Amino acid sequence: MQYLVSVIDDRTGSGTDGEMATITAFNERMRADGNWVFAGGLAAPETATVIDNRGAAPVFTDGPYVETKEFIAGFWIFQAPDLDAALRIAAAGSRACHRRVEVRPFR
Amino acid sequence: MSAAEAVTRAHRQEWAIVVAALARRFGDLDVAEEAAAEAFAAAVERWPVDGVPPKPGAWLTTTATRKAIDRVRRESRRDAKQREAWMLHDDEPAAPAGVIDDDRLRLIFTCCHPALGPEVRVALTLRLVGGLTVAEIARAFLVRESAMGQRITRAKAKIKAARIPYRVPTAADLPARVSGVLAVLFLVFNEGYLATGPESPPVRQELTAEAIRLTRLLRTLLPGNGEVTGLLALMLLTEARRTARVSAGGELIALGEQDRGAWDPELIEEGHRLVVERLATGEPPGRYQLLAAINAVHTAAPDVRDTAWPQIVALYDQLARLDPSPIVALNRAVAVAELDGPHVALTAVDRLGDALAGYHAFHAARADLLRRLGRGADARAAYDRAIALAGNTAETAYLTRRRDQLR
Repeated sequence: MQYLVSVIDDRTGSGTDGEMATITAFNERMRADGNWVFAGGLAAPETATVIDNRGAAPVFTDGPYVETKEFIAGFWIFQAPDLDAALRIAAAGSRACHRRVEVRPFR
Repeated sequence: MSAAEAVTRAHRQEWAIVVAALARRFGDLDVAEEAAAEAFAAAVERWPVDGVPPKPGAWLTTTATRKAIDRVRRESRRDAKQREAWMLHDDEPAAPAGVIDDDRLRLIFTCCHPALGPEVRVALTLRLVGGLTVAEIARAFLVRESAMGQRITRAKAKIKAARIPYRVPTAADLPARVSGVLAVLFLVFNEGYLATGPESPPVRQELTAEAIRLTRLLRTLLPGNGEVTGLLALMLLTEARRTARVSAGGELIALGEQDRGAWDPELIEEGHRLVVERLATGEPPGRYQLLAAINAVHTAAPDVRDTAWPQIVALYDQLARLDPSPIVALNRAVAVAELDGPHVALTAVDRLGDALAGYHAFHAARADLLRRLGRGADARAAYDRAIALAGNTAETAYLTRRRDQLR
């Protein structure tokens, strides 16, 4: 079972050197434990482009699909046997990156 | 015993066992719940004709299992291999063992998982462990049946989709998770004991009884857990006073004015026994054990004048160290009034004004202290605030009368 762990923030690329080191150590441990699938940081929502190609021609719109104060600044995808395991990993991830995270299962 | 009585008794005793056993085997709460309901419906139909089976629990589990297999067979979306496994084997290998291996305990912990909202935990526990119908739960919490049905359906969908595990938490997680379960049971009890809503009767005995039954079950499953025992004792000692607490006219009767002869001596005796049992362990008591001890002191006094107030204040001091919440401070102040007088208590209560401005009991306690100090106008204003905020009909009636007695 895979879980998306989204990092919630109101800024992007805001991690300090100390935080980045903690995150790297956490990532190494997750790789060693076999939970690691993928992770990445995202650029700011202002860099987003929304595309609607449901009609005759694609329409490109500047900006994110929904404007919020907080957004997904980055994410992990973890492999875990159940939600309890995923929550343990996500709690450690929240501690490591010093931000709130959201856990959602893949379907 | 008639067949109908046998079904009622089996429902009370076996519902959670049947649901829990099926949930383990099929790994699906939906299937477990519906199959259990079908099995009980079958019992209502068959037992009056065929007679009550010698082992009603086994009959129900077998029937429910058959219904579940039928159901799974009908649902084509299921993985064929998994389906075959359910058909062939009597028992799925049990989930990785937690500290205690009991299906019902797993069921309780699944229903009270922290990833579910508090209201949802209450509803799921009453449905899957307590066996209440969706209509009964909706009525108890004053929401529409369709809304309650959706809430339960969504919760079961989350359990499945997010893979909330069906197991007893590990020893490391157990204390934190048990406290979540106890919070759910206490919430059910309190909603019964101090029912809210202008249309609601002041006491919902079916809810207090169900909370006690489920807490008893939890104590059977976790006999060494002090807080489980503490909560059971607290509920019993509170329930013992239930009938003395509301007048024939539907008005709340304060603890000091209750007819103590109307208290239930058996419940009090059992509650006291549990409190003593916990004291004898010498382990430091938790929140529920302290609340139970406070209630034990109250119920040990044959007359309100015999109440050992120093002991009660000392227990509140202990509780305040564990739980420095303003509500505990308020209750402590009410006890202090009996020991050191209303003036000292009012000073303590007034300090809580910012935190408890929206809480009816704060204004009610303040009103009573002001009344005792002869400050009629201030007391009346405080009663007005308390009446506006109180949700329980018996309490509103009581507060209104006290206010109107002031001149």
